[in-house]
Amino acid sequence: MSLFQEYMQPDTIEEAVENLKDAPGSVAVIAGGTDLLLDIRQGRHQAVDRVVDISGISEMQEVALEENFVYLGASVTHKQIISNSLLAEHAQCVVEGCGLIGGPQVRNVATIGGNVSHALPAGDGTISLLALDTEVRIASTDGVRWRPLIEIFAGPGKVTFDRKNELIVGFRFPARGPREGSAFDRVMRPQGVAIAILNMAGWVKLDEKGDIEDVRLACGPAGPKPFRARKTEEFIKGKSWDEASYQEACRILADEVSLRTSAHRATKEYRHKLLPVLLQKVLDSAVERAKL
Amino acid sequence: MKSLTFWVNDKKQTLEVEAGEMLADVLRYRLGLTGTKISCGESECGVCTVLVEGEPVLSCNYPALKAAGKHVTTIEGLAQGEKLHPLQEAFIKNGAVQCGFCTPGQIITAAALLSSKADPTDQDIEYALNDTLCRCGTYPAIVNAIHAASDKINHNKPIEFPTYDFVGGLEVVGQVVARPEARQKVTGAAVYTDDITFPDMLFGATLRAGIPHGRLIKLDCSKAKKLPGIRAVFTAADIPGRVNHGLIIQDWPALVGVGEKVRYVGDAVAIVAADTPEIAQKALALIDVEYEPLPVVTDPVEAKAEDAPLVHEEGNLLKHIKVNRGDITLGFEQAEIIFEDTYYTPAYEHAFMEPECSIARPVDNGGVEIYVGSQIAYADRDQVAAALGLPQEKVRVRGPLVGGGFGGKEDIAGQIHAALLAQATGKPVKVLYDRQESMLVHPKRHATQIRVKLGLKRDGTLTAAQTELYGDTGAYASLGAKVMGRATTHSTGPYIVPNVKIDCYAMYTNNPPSGAFRGFGAFQAAFAIECLMDKVAEELKLDPVELRRMNALRKGSITNTGQHLTESVGLLECINQTQAEMLKFTGGEDPFLSREVNGEPGKRRSWGFAVTFKNTGLGEGAPDNATAEIELLKDGSVEIRISSAEIGQGLVTVLQMITAQELGLPLDKVNVYLSDTDLTPDGGPTTGSRQTYISGNAARYAAGTLKNAMLDTLAEKLNLSPEEIGFKDGVIQANDQKLSFAEVGELMRAEGRKTRLKYEYVSPKTTPLGEKGDKHFAYSFAAQAIEVEVDLVTGEVRAVRAVGATDVGKAINPLGLQGQVEGGLIMGIGHALTEEFIVENGEIFTDSLSRYRMPSIKHVPEDIKVIIVEDPTAEGPYGGKGVGEISTMPVPPAIVNAVYNACGIRLNRIPIDQDWLALEIEKAAR
Repeated sequence: MSLFQEYMQPDTIEEAVENLKDAPGSVAVIAGGTDLLLDIRQGRHQAVDRVVDISGISEMQEVALEENFVYLGASVTHKQIISNSLLAEHAQCVVEGCGLIGGPQVRNVATIGGNVSHALPAGDGTISLLALDTEVRIASTDGVRWRPLIEIFAGPGKVTFDRKNELIVGFRFPARGPREGSAFDRVMRPQGVAIAILNMAGWVKLDEKGDIEDVRLACGPAGPKPFRARKTEEFIKGKSWDEASYQEACRILADEVSLRTSAHRATKEYRHKLLPVLLQKVLDSAVERAKL
Repeated sequence: MKSLTFWVNDKKQTLEVEAGEMLADVLRYRLGLTGTKISCGESECGVCTVLVEGEPVLSCNYPALKAAGKHVTTIEGLAQGEKLHPLQEAFIKNGAVQCGFCTPGQIITAAALLSSKADPTDQDIEYALNDTLCRCGTYPAIVNAIHAASDKINHNKPIEFPTYDFVGGLEVVGQVVARPEARQKVTGAAVYTDDITFPDMLFGATLRAGIPHGRLIKLDCSKAKKLPGIRAVFTAADIPGRVNHGLIIQDWPALVGVGEKVRYVGDAVAIVAADTPEIAQKALALIDVEYEPLPVVTDPVEAKAEDAPLVHEEGNLLKHIKVNRGDITLGFEQAEIIFEDTYYTPAYEHAFMEPECSIARPVDNGGVEIYVGSQIAYADRDQVAAALGLPQEKVRVRGPLVGGGFGGKEDIAGQIHAALLAQATGKPVKVLYDRQESMLVHPKRHATQIRVKLGLKRDGTLTAAQTELYGDTGAYASLGAKVMGRATTHSTGPYIVPNVKIDCYAMYTNNPPSGAFRGFGAFQAAFAIECLMDKVAEELKLDPVELRRMNALRKGSITNTGQHLTESVGLLECINQTQAEMLKFTGGEDPFLSREVNGEPGKRRSWGFAVTFKNTGLGEGAPDNATAEIELLKDGSVEIRISSAEIGQGLVTVLQMITAQELGLPLDKVNVYLSDTDLTPDGGPTTGSRQTYISGNAARYAAGTLKNAMLDTLAEKLNLSPEEIGFKDGVIQANDQKLSFAEVGELMRAEGRKTRLKYEYVSPKTTPLGEKGDKHFAYSFAAQAIEVEVDLVTGEVRAVRAVGATDVGKAINPLGLQGQVEGGLIMGIGHALTEEFIVENGEIFTDSLSRYRMPSIKHVPEDIKVIIVEDPTAEGPYGGKGVGEISTMPVPPAIVNAVYNACGIRLNRIPIDQDWLALEIEKAAR
C-alpha cells in the first residue's frame, strides 16, 4: 500500500518550506511520522498527496546551549532527548515527559516537534515544554520568527500557524539557573489510548530561604488547548511550599482548569481528584531538584 | 516509482518503490524477507520491529525511502549462517516462542537492547520491550531468555533449558524439550499465510456494512467493475452455492444480498479482487450502497423483551439452557443464610498477533486450494465447499503456521471470500485483513450478565445455588449456544451443591458475533461465582480458602449436572499447594489483610484467591474424535499426520513427544504434519482444551498400531514373541539382533505390509444436558492467588505477585505447559486490568490496538509461581487432560477479590475501572 504519492526529503529548512509552499495538492510534514502515518492509514487524517520528511535537516536536530537559552531542534527524537546530558541538566521535566512516551521503537523516531505540532491538549512533550516558558521557532519562505509556545495552539489538533506554509523548526527556553528545577508526571488509564488522563509539568525557582520565588505550571487535558495555570502560579509565587500553600494552590488550580468527562477515558470528578496528586508530586519533585 | 538503495542484512539492495510505501511492505513483499511481520499497522505492537542503523524502529510506519543509504537489520540477518544468535537459541530453550508471530520483533528489539546494554536488568528489559506485545504472554520466558543470551555473550555461559519440579516420569513425555518449529520461528523462516505468494496473485477486499442493522436496498457495483485493475466484483447474487455459513447453525451470510438484512457492522455486502491491494480498496469506495436502517438491539437482556427489535426472524433467543439438580426450594429452605449478587463481564477481543489471511487458488481438478491459519481446517473445507457448490473433496484446506488463535480463528473469516474470488477469476486471491478489519469481523468473547444466588449453612456448607445468565451472542450464532452452555454448567463453581437451578439465555443482538475464546463461557461464570464466594466468606467470617476447600469437588463428588467424579479431581491439592506457597510469600501472615506498602502510605497491598475448573474436550454429547495417520518412512523416520492446528499452544511438540515415546524413537526422527485436508485425517477442532487429550490419544494409539505392525513383522520373521522385542533410542532389539526402523520398514514393505496406518480415537461418550450420563470425560482444576497493589488515591491497580496451581493430569510437555500457564495468567491480568471491547449502539469503539490494550511486559507480576498438580485421568494420554484455557479463568476474580481485601471496595464487573475505584475509595473514607 502506498500511503501518499510524493515523498520529499529536504536537507535544509529553506528547501522544506519551499516543498510545503509549492505542493500541488494536500501536504503534510512528518519527522518520525508515528502519528501522522497511522492517522492517514486509519482514515483519521485526510489523504495526503505530498509528505515532507524533515528528519534529515541537520539544523533541526541540534541541541545547544546558547548564552542564556537552550536551543532544541524540532526533529530531535525522544530517544535523543532522554539521553542528552544538556537537557538532563536544563530540561528535567522534558526528559521525564519524553521518557514516558512509547517504547524504544517509537522513541527512536518520534520527535519533540511532532509531539508539539500534533497540538493535543495533553501531549507529554508539549506540557513539559510549556513549564519551561518555551518559545517556538517557526519558518516559512518569508523567514523565521519566534513565538511563545503557548500561543500556537488553537484547539485539539489545531494550530495558529499555517501548516501549509509554515514549519516548526525548533524551540528555546531559558537555561536552568541556580535554585531552579522542574518535573513532570502523569496518570494513565490501563485501558484505551495511551494519552494521559491528566499530566502536569512544573518549574520552580527558589529564593535564598528556599521559598518559591517563581513558578510555572502546565497541565492537560485542561481545556481544548495545552494549559498554563497562571492563577495558581501567581498564588504560589513568593510562598513557601508548605501544606497550607499546597492546599490553597489545589483550590485555585481546580478553579482555573477546565476539566471534563471524556467517554471511556475519565470522568471530570476523577480528573479533579488527580489534580492535587499531580500538583504535589510535580512541585515536590521540582522543589527537591531546585535544592540540588 | 522511486529508486531506493539501501543495505539489508549487509547486502546492498537497489529497487523501485512507491513514494508512500512503508519499509515493512518493501522488506516483505518486494524482497521476500517475510520474517518481519505486520500485526497492527498503527505503531502499537512492535511486531514489525527492524533495526535501522542499529536502532529499533517500527517498519510498518517507516517510509521505505527514509531508509535510503542506511543499514537495515531484519530477523533474517541475525544468525551467522547455521549458527543461531544467542538470543535465538535462548528464546528457543527458554520457551519464549509460542505462536511465534511476535518472536522476530521481540528478538530484534532485544538485540538492540543487548548492543546498548550488555547485561540488562529486569527493569532495563521491561523498559526496552514495553511496546513489543505478545498475546501468548511469553514475557516471563522472554526475560529469562534475554538474561541467558546476555550471560552467553558476556560470560560464555552455555544456554540451558530451564528446570521445573514437575518434570520427568518417562523417556520423552514429561521431559523439557524445544518446539520442533521454534528454529524457524526465531530465524524468520516460519511461514504464516501472508508470507505465501503466487505468481499472478490477486488481492481481495471486502465491503462491510458499517451499520449495525438495516436492510440492503441498493447495491450498484457498475463503477467499481470499470476500474482498471479490477478482476472481479462479487455479490450475494453471484454465490453459486450456500450463502450462509456457521459452525453449528448456518445463519451467517458470506455476503448479504439486496433485500436482505445486515445484522452487524462487519457484515459483508460485496467483495472485489484486483491486481493490487490499493486498487481493491479504491473499488470498494466506488460501490454504491444504500440501506434502510432498522432499530438496533445491543443488550442481551433487552433483546429478550417481547417488543425488542428482531435480529433474526425466528426471534432473538438463540438458546435457553437449563440445569436443575435436587430441589432448589428445599435447598434455600435448608440454608441459614442467602447471598445474591449480579456480575458483569464485557466482550473481549482475541487480538491474536497475526490478523486473518486466506489465500485461495484454483487447482486443476476444478476445485480450490485454500491456505489459511485456521483452528478448524475440516470445518473450513466443508463451509467453503458448500458456498462454492463443490463436493468437499474438491476443496483442500492447508494450514500454514497460525499466529495465535485463542478461539478467534474457528469461524469463517476470509476463506469463503477468497475461494469465491479465485473461482471467479481463475487466479490465486489473497484476502488479508488489517488490524481494524480483524477486530471488526471475527467473533468476540460473550459479554455476560450473571446473577448468582447461594444458600449456605452458617458453617459454610453450600445447600443451594441458583444462577441466571444472559450472554450476548451478537448477530450470529457462531458457537454461542455451546459457549453459554459451558457458562451454564460452570456457573455454580467447582463445588458440591446438592440443589441447583440454572437458567441461561444466549441472545442475539446487533453487536459483533460472539464465539469461542479461551475459557469458553466458563471464564465468565468463574468471575461471578468466585467473587460471590469471597463475599460469602467475609460475611460468614470464614477464611476464603477454607470456604472453598470445604465445598470443593473431590473424588466421589457429584457435579451440578449429576456427574459422579470417580477420579482425577485435583482441586483440593491445587488449593492446598497454592495456599502454602502464598503463605510462604507472606511469611505465614494472613494474606488477605490490607498491608501498607513500605514508604508509600497511599498504597495498599493484599492477596485474593479464586478456584476454577474447566472441562476437557467438547462434551455434552458432541462426538469428540480424532484420526491420526502414521507412516514409517524409508529413511527410518516416522511422520504423524493429523488435521489439528498448532496455534502456539505446542501441539506439534506434544504429538512429536507422544509418538517418539510410544515408538522409542529420538524426537528428531518424528515429523509432525498438521492441517491439510487432503493429506491429514480430521483431528477435530482446535478448541475446548482438547488437542493434547484427543489428538494426543490418536497419535499415541496410531503409534501403537505401527509398533504392533512392526512387532508382528519381526515376531514372524525372527520367530520371537513380541515381548522379546524391544524399542529403545531408535533401535529395535530382537534377541541379539539390532535393527533400525528403516530396516524394519524395508521388511514390512517386502512383505506387502502397510507402513502407513490410521487410528481413529473415539473419546468416552458424553450426553447432552437434560439427559442421564456424564457431560464431560475429564475436568482440569486450578487455584490462583494474586497479590495486588492499589493506589488509594488514583485507584491504579497492579498485580504484584501470583501463585497458581493447575491440575493437568500429567505434564506432557513441561516447557510448553509452563509457558501456557504463564501466558494464560497474563491474559487473565489483561482481562481484569487492561482490556475491554467496547461497542456503542452496535458501533465498535475499540477498533484498533491503540484503543484495545492487551497486557504488555510491564503488567507481568514481579513473581510468578507456577505449580503443576498431576492427578491423572485414566483415559487421557499418560493421564493428561486439557490446560489451554483454565489458567486465564481464575485470574480476574482473584484480582477483584484482592482489590477488595486491599481497599475495601467490591467490584461486580471487569475490567477494573480505576476512575470508579478511586472515587469509591474516597466515598467510603468519608
